[in-house]
Amino acid sequence: MSSTTATVRGALRASPVATGSAVLDPESQELLHSLKSSGRAYDDACARLHALLLRGARYEVSRRRRGLTGAEADALATEAADDALLAVLRRLDDFRGLSKFTTWAYKFALYEAAVKVRKHAWRDRELPLEPDVLGSLHGGSPGPEEDVEMRERLEKIAEGMNDVLTPHQRRVLVALAVNGVPIDVLAERLSTTRGALYKTLHDARAKLRKHLEETS
Amino acid sequence: MEDPKTNELLGRLLGPAGPEIGCDACFEELDRFVDLEAAGQDADAAVPGLRAHLEGCPACREEHESLLALVREDAGSAG
Repeated sequence: MSSTTATVRGALRASPVATGSAVLDPESQELLHSLKSSGRAYDDACARLHALLLRGARYEVSRRRRGLTGAEADALATEAADDALLAVLRRLDDFRGLSKFTTWAYKFALYEAAVKVRKHAWRDRELPLEPDVLGSLHGGSPGPEEDVEMRERLEKIAEGMNDVLTPHQRRVLVALAVNGVPIDVLAERLSTTRGALYKTLHDARAKLRKHLEETS
Repeated sequence: MEDPKTNELLGRLLGPAGPEIGCDACFEELDRFVDLEAAGQDADAAVPGLRAHLEGCPACREEHESLLALVREDAGSAG
């Protein structure tokens, strides 16, 4: 655990609150109980939790390395585990006992690690936000095996992107769905959140589906 | 014959056909969903719309894949 994390976690001690009616497995129960205690038991539980989160973060980083060196991967996993520890301690009272505590905690580590890997991979890259919609969708000349009906569908989608989407919806859809920009990277560059961007994407997709229905 | 790349692009542009939850709800429910899946129970019935969201959101999909794999690995090493 980093020294910064060790300093901050003292301020994040959760109040003892019942987790709901679900029956916890003994391991979850013991760890959760210790994280709501104080003194040595609390410190030991934080160290165990951090080790668990580090395992999760390393697991995710190793699955999605995306050009990271060994040292970068280690540093990134440690940073992700530190951030996940803070998130877990901050949200301890939100744990409802509907899963194993370890599964609940792991998801914070995987999330932190995945976001950091995506941002790292795109750190020096310009985002392709301005759409050449038809060009992007066609991606050059269609292969001989490309279905004519499917090509017509793409043309209608390109038409819909120009006609029924707002400029923001079009920009988000092109970046995420056509150019493969990771949603967390786009969220950071546009100063918004993953959830808000996905809502924009969802609405844009719904409009395109409707446009396809109406023009088919 | 359908071109898989074009088909994939269509999928990314149009997203899942059915109702889906958003990224925030997905994160809140992901641990329960994965534990149910790992236990062989009906996760889709317990959390409607999460599977569709995973189809439409590559970031949440990656995190789901990792969490399920990690939980299964832990269960394997414990067993």
